[in-house]
Amino acid sequence: MNVLINGQAQSLPGAATLADALAALKPTPPFAVAVNREFVPRSGYGERRLQPDDQIEVIRPVTGG
Amino acid sequence: MDQSSPAPQSDALTLYTRRFPSRLLLGTSRYPSPDVLEAAVRRAQPAMLTASLRRQTGGAAGRDGDNAFWALLRRLDVPVLPNTAGCHSVQEAVATAQMARELFETPWIKLELIGDDYTLQPDTLNLVDAAARLIRDGFHVLPYCTEDLVLCQRLVDVGCQAVMPWAAPIGTGRGPANPHALRTLRERLDVPLLVDAGLGLPSHACQVLEWGYDGVLLNTAVALAQDPVAMAGAFADAVRAGRAAYRAGAMLPQDSAQPSTPVLGTPFWHHASAP
Repeated sequence: MNVLINGQAQSLPGAATLADALAALKPTPPFAVAVNREFVPRSGYGERRLQPDDQIEVIRPVTGG
Repeated sequence: MDQSSPAPQSDALTLYTRRFPSRLLLGTSRYPSPDVLEAAVRRAQPAMLTASLRRQTGGAAGRDGDNAFWALLRRLDVPVLPNTAGCHSVQEAVATAQMARELFETPWIKLELIGDDYTLQPDTLNLVDAAARLIRDGFHVLPYCTEDLVLCQRLVDVGCQAVMPWAAPIGTGRGPANPHALRTLRERLDVPLLVDAGLGLPSHACQVLEWGYDGVLLNTAVALAQDPVAMAGAFADAVRAGRAAYRAGAMLPQDSAQPSTPVLGTPFWHHASAP
C-alpha cells in the first residue's frame, strides 16, 4: 500500500504498522509523529496499523519565534 | 540602594505557578548563525526560549543541522516554549502541541493559530476552542492573540493563566499599534500579560512594561539587529527598566509647566509681564 510520509509517497507492505514505516524512514532522534493530523505517542507506534493513503508527519525540533 | 526596595526575586514573573528570573522570552529564529544565537541568549538571560517543529528531511547535512540546534538547546538549559507556528486549524494546533510535548518533554506551549497568512493575524474565532482543548489536556497554554479584550477574557475563562496579545504583526518591529487597547486590556485583566510579536525597539518593550505588562516575547528585533548580541542585552535592560518604572509608579502628566528648581529666593527676581 502507499502512504504519504512528510508529503512523499512511500510503499509499505499491506499490514504495516507505524513502527514499520519509521523503521524504513530511520528518522533522527528526537522526533515525534502524527498520522492523519492526530498525534501518536511513542508508545503507540507498534500498535498503530496503517491504512492506504494515511498521511504521516515526522517532525524534528527547529528554531522558532 | 534603598534598603526598603524589595529583593529582585520577590518580583519574579510567575506563569502557571512557575517563577522565572527574567521577564524576557526570546525566539531562536533568523539569527545570522547558531553562535550568534547562543551568544545572544547568554547575554539576554531570557526566561524561556521558543522553538518549533518542522518535518524531518533526509540527508546528512540537514540531520547534522537538526542535531546542532537540539544540542544548543540542551547546552543553554533555558526552559523551552514550543510553538504551534503555521497551524491553521484547531486539530493541527492540538496535534502539534502534543508532538511538541513529547519531543521537548514540556507542558508549555505557545499557541499560535493563524487566521490570515498575509498579516499572520491569529484566528480569533477558533483560538479559544484550541486553548480549551489544550488546557483540558494538561498544557500550560500561552496563547498568541490580538489585543481584543473579549477574546483575551474568553481565553482566561477557559483556563489560560496568561495571555499574549500582539503589539503589531509578527516580524514588523512596528511597536504597539493600538496602545489604548493594550492599556485597557491591562486594566481589565488580572492574569499575567505578555506582549508577543511586533516589537522592534527596546523602548517598545520598556513602554509596555511601564504600562504594567508582565513581560515580552520577541525574536526578530534581536535576530535582525546589526549586532544581535548587543541588542539582546539592550532588550534585557529595557525590560528591567520598564518593570522597575511600573513598580515605582509614574507621576501624572501635567498641563502646565512646573519649575523643578525652587522659586523662592531667585536672584534678579522678576515676573513675566502680562500680555
